[in-house]
Amino acid sequence: MSLETFIQQLANGISLGSLYALIAIGYTMVYGILRLINFAHSDIFMVGAYFAFFLIAVFKLPWLVSAILAIVLTACVGMTIDRIAYRPVRNAPRISALITAVGVSFFLENLGLVTVGARPKPFQRPDLMARVIRIGPAAISGVSIWVPILSIGLVAILLYVIYRTKLGMAMRSVATDIDTTRLMGVNVDTVISYTFAIGSALAAAGGIMWACKYPQINPLMGIYPGWKAFTAAVIGGIGNITGAMIGGFVIGLIEIMAVAAFPALSGYRDGMIFGLLLVFLLVRPTGILGETLKEKV
Amino acid sequence: MRKHLYAAYTKHLNTLLTLILVGILFLTLRWADTRLDDFTLRILRTGAVYIVAAVSYNLINGITGQFSLGPNGFMALGGYTVALLMLPLPQKKFVWFLKPLIWPFNSFSFPSTGLFFSLALILGGLMGALGAFIVGIPSFRLRGDYLAIATFGFGEIIFVLANNLIPLTNGPLGMKGIPELASIYWCFGWAVIATLIVKNIANSSYGRAMKAVRDDEVAAEAMGVSVFQTKMLAFVVSGFFAGVAGGLLVPLITTISPTLFTFTMTFNLLIIIVLGGLGSITGSVITAFSFAIASELLRAVEAPMNIGPIHIPGIAGMRMVVFSALLVLLMIFYRRGIFGQFELSWDWIRSIPAKVADKEVPKKWTREDTSS
Repeated sequence: MSLETFIQQLANGISLGSLYALIAIGYTMVYGILRLINFAHSDIFMVGAYFAFFLIAVFKLPWLVSAILAIVLTACVGMTIDRIAYRPVRNAPRISALITAVGVSFFLENLGLVTVGARPKPFQRPDLMARVIRIGPAAISGVSIWVPILSIGLVAILLYVIYRTKLGMAMRSVATDIDTTRLMGVNVDTVISYTFAIGSALAAAGGIMWACKYPQINPLMGIYPGWKAFTAAVIGGIGNITGAMIGGFVIGLIEIMAVAAFPALSGYRDGMIFGLLLVFLLVRPTGILGETLKEKV
Repeated sequence: MRKHLYAAYTKHLNTLLTLILVGILFLTLRWADTRLDDFTLRILRTGAVYIVAAVSYNLINGITGQFSLGPNGFMALGGYTVALLMLPLPQKKFVWFLKPLIWPFNSFSFPSTGLFFSLALILGGLMGALGAFIVGIPSFRLRGDYLAIATFGFGEIIFVLANNLIPLTNGPLGMKGIPELASIYWCFGWAVIATLIVKNIANSSYGRAMKAVRDDEVAAEAMGVSVFQTKMLAFVVSGFFAGVAGGLLVPLITTISPTLFTFTMTFNLLIIIVLGGLGSITGSVITAFSFAIASELLRAVEAPMNIGPIHIPGIAGMRMVVFSALLVLLMIFYRRGIFGQFELSWDWIRSIPAKVADKEVPKKWTREDTSS
């Protein structure tokens, strides 16, 4: 591999990794609080991209306005899903909540297929993202530069919310012990609702940037990024936000670099990540940064 | 002493009644085989295959309470095994025209007879069991929902391999011309075998250990149940019958390709076992069979309709929207499904007259919310 392609692939891997990181944070936050794998998260990612698409293409809003509106709308969708589908099964056996999550995920995908159709739609990206930037010998597309910067900005805001605000304190508290938090007078349901909103907003941001990177969107676009992001969350240590970010970058870089180094493996790139997941579960199930979760009896 | 004799007597009576029921089923099948048209027969056979898959899926999800998303992967393993073994040699040369098929499959094929077909099915089931064992090792060492992730990942790995290992699977093109061996007798025969074996496991001491693990893992462990072994036993048996179901499905539709075993298959099975009642084997049998018939009937939903003056255009894919909404609604409002954890059994049927006679029936202990 020449230096030129190496730099290009590195930028590619980092931008892909930062997108995985954004989605992984949503998984890890919900898992940290509810111990629930939110299967629908990958489809919320898709919903975010579609909101942005329709706001740009149908309502002809400026790009930035549509992106922000789409993020807000998707956050509302996330809260609605929590309110309608997850809250009623919160005290049910764990398996019921998981089945509900699978059902919601399938519902969103198939609703998307029925309403907007299976045909991929071209996503208009802003000039900023489409422009090609030269760094030394390598030509790098603007997406690869801007996606990591925007992602890191969003994560910085998230970390501020979690560690410096009252809402963040409540979220950390719910993650530690939900019953004690309730006794302290915190409205747990509201906190969980906000957690879903924040996670969905990040997923929407990820979805919009994903659509800028790969400007074709379809109702099933969320499945693979979602699962790989979940793998990233597990690899980083599930429930840990910094871990989710590290996991995201690791997965993104491995996926891009392995295929760049061994082009013959390109057909196996999805399988590779899941293989890595199985290896991690076997060798270090708590992930890179994870600590062993104590069993509450 | 009399009580003891009575227990032994009812046990033998139950076996006898089951045998009679199987006999009646066989006679019904003979009647169906000669009288019904191919299309109806095919639906019935698919229903039987669904029974095998759903009953095995319920063993791990409903009875042991471990959320697996893996049956599509195990069915694919079984399906490809049977396809590779049963596809006749001339057909193999015809199918692998891009790259040659690897040894040993390029040098032999099983003759298309029932004996070899059942051997192939058992080998397919063993492949499914092996897959389950491999996924089970990392998943069951951990507490939590890692099984769901690991099984989903496994299914995707199988899908990727099926698409890319062209010398073994012929990639996305798959195989065609597999002899149509899965007759109605084979399908229902395996449905009966799977149901009886899974039901007997569920009623045995192993089954009680599985239910204990489902209801409270920590308490079960404290009582001396080996949680790892119990989960593994349930999962491997489940993987075996999923492999058999995959192996039956392939000679039923005579072709195989990676898209046959996508996640949608698992999703359908999930709806079946939830609707029938997680933990009820007889419930799964009934809903699996009804599902196969209903999903044919529900094709009408996707066709254009005229209700009086209103014209509703047909929307393809509407079935899956309805199914997934149904699953969520079931989970919220009707979590126990049709049967809950209730099993239809001869003992229950015999107790009906007594129940009718005196209305005071002691309520059986049921599992309420035991989430930890």
